[in-house]
Amino acid sequence: MADPRIIVVGAGPAGVRAAECLVEAGLRPIVIDEASFSGGQIYRRQPRNFTRSYESLYGFDAAKARALHGAFDGLKDAVDYRPDTLAWNIAGNVLHTVSDGVARAIEFDAAILATGATDRLAPIKGWTLPGSYSLGGSQIALKAQACGIGARVVFMGTGPLLYLVAYQYAKAGVEVAAVLDTSPLSAQAKAMADLVVRPDFLARGLYFRAQLMARRVTVRNGITPIEVIGQSSVEGVRYRTADGREHRIECDAVAMGFHLRSETQLADLAGCPFVFDEATGQWRPEKDGDGRTGRPGIYVAGDGAKVLGADAAETAGRLAALAAMKDLGRSVEEAEMDRLRGKMRRFDRFRRGLATAFPWPAGLVRQVEDDVIVCRCEVITAGQIRETACAKGAPEMNRTKALSRVGMGRCQGRFCGSAAAEILAEVRGRDLSEVGRLRGQAPVKPLSVSTIVEKAE
Amino acid sequence: MQTARFKRVSEQDRNPIRLLIDGQVVKALDGDSLLVAVLTSGPVLRQSEFGDGSRAGFCLMGACQDCWMWTADGQRIRACTTPAREGMSVLTQPPSEALWPIPA
Repeated sequence: MADPRIIVVGAGPAGVRAAECLVEAGLRPIVIDEASFSGGQIYRRQPRNFTRSYESLYGFDAAKARALHGAFDGLKDAVDYRPDTLAWNIAGNVLHTVSDGVARAIEFDAAILATGATDRLAPIKGWTLPGSYSLGGSQIALKAQACGIGARVVFMGTGPLLYLVAYQYAKAGVEVAAVLDTSPLSAQAKAMADLVVRPDFLARGLYFRAQLMARRVTVRNGITPIEVIGQSSVEGVRYRTADGREHRIECDAVAMGFHLRSETQLADLAGCPFVFDEATGQWRPEKDGDGRTGRPGIYVAGDGAKVLGADAAETAGRLAALAAMKDLGRSVEEAEMDRLRGKMRRFDRFRRGLATAFPWPAGLVRQVEDDVIVCRCEVITAGQIRETACAKGAPEMNRTKALSRVGMGRCQGRFCGSAAAEILAEVRGRDLSEVGRLRGQAPVKPLSVSTIVEKAE
Repeated sequence: MQTARFKRVSEQDRNPIRLLIDGQVVKALDGDSLLVAVLTSGPVLRQSEFGDGSRAGFCLMGACQDCWMWTADGQRIRACTTPAREGMSVLTQPPSEALWPIPA
């Protein structure tokens, strides 16, 4: 019997470890990745002619980044690696890809989706002004291109990444105008019992904060963003502190993010059932502890399945690969699977801690003013969503999309979906879970009409 | 050219390249993404299709699709995931109102 064909989508921490595990078992997986180099976002590599060290690029995570890159480079001849390739649809047991203008359809016996995450965004007045970037984007500018997004940057939002990237900017010599966190310090104290399960990670967070304070950077907790100010470009930020006072700070760039959201479109298109995660107010593919989804042959791992961070993604990638092989009738070491499951439980407890420490600011989003743009692609305001929900009677997200165009643009709701659901739930007087979620649509990212179709593999 | 948006902080000892942005020659460095090449020379990448002003990208990871630029022959390219190349010519506006159908 021929070896089963297993496809891994994504070459970040989860995808690399999944591929490695499959190769160890004597298989030759296909690895599809949209980027030019493996590593994913967190361990994103700089172009070949850049010379900064691993230590300067990845800080505390230098050893992990080096290990992950080394592991994948070592697999070069053992995997069918397809970089610069977009996986844009799954129909039945066929994955559709496009690379360099050529579309391919690849049949598989199992697919491990390690699609990662993007920033989760809340709309703020003025956030479409040039000079506003996602927090992850601001980190990519620095890490992959050795650039700051401006000369004087405000970091606004919440989550552990907020402090990390602000620290990286300060260290690189970019002026950090302020770090403005919507989460109150009391929330972080409340989460301590869960956060201490990963003392190294917790200590790191405190270190970044201390380093910022030592550099006399303004760090504020429990703030309310009011507006990104500017005529044709970012000129400053207005915000309110917990004591009710309003402040204004000058800057030429803002990096914003409210923790992360999973990239789940492919799992959706594959027909995987989704569950609503109460802790974060997000939908994600339903899976068992090993990464099996409700659809036979489809596995999910890493931040694309559940936002647990890079270390957990490495564990989950390996676990999903073992589960896939087991389901295909291969013998796998049960003891190893048990060990990996134990690690995953610890990561999940830490995740709950993060959700408590850095909560998604649902209340702020629900109160966003009518004239604020929620959908960046189609320029749909909060007022238009409310009007659609009331006057046109849209009860859930997909109806609201059809009637107002929110989430219908090129990003497919990646950056407005969370906020639009909150606004809809508020105005309809429903629970967030009742207004549903935007369905994934193929292609998951824009394709050129000049794409050439090659015959199926 | 107007003020640059992005500030280089290191890695400046790379080979220079030249490209055309809206017909103007600008200098960039080998290894730059198109987005970085444009934003280290000027402030914006494109105009919103809905008349609410200029855009300069947002996510830098190929997810938000807010950095699509134009080529003179009407092709579109995503600036954050396209490497800048010597001699490349890009536009911050569609090449012509009369261009239809637009090869997306």
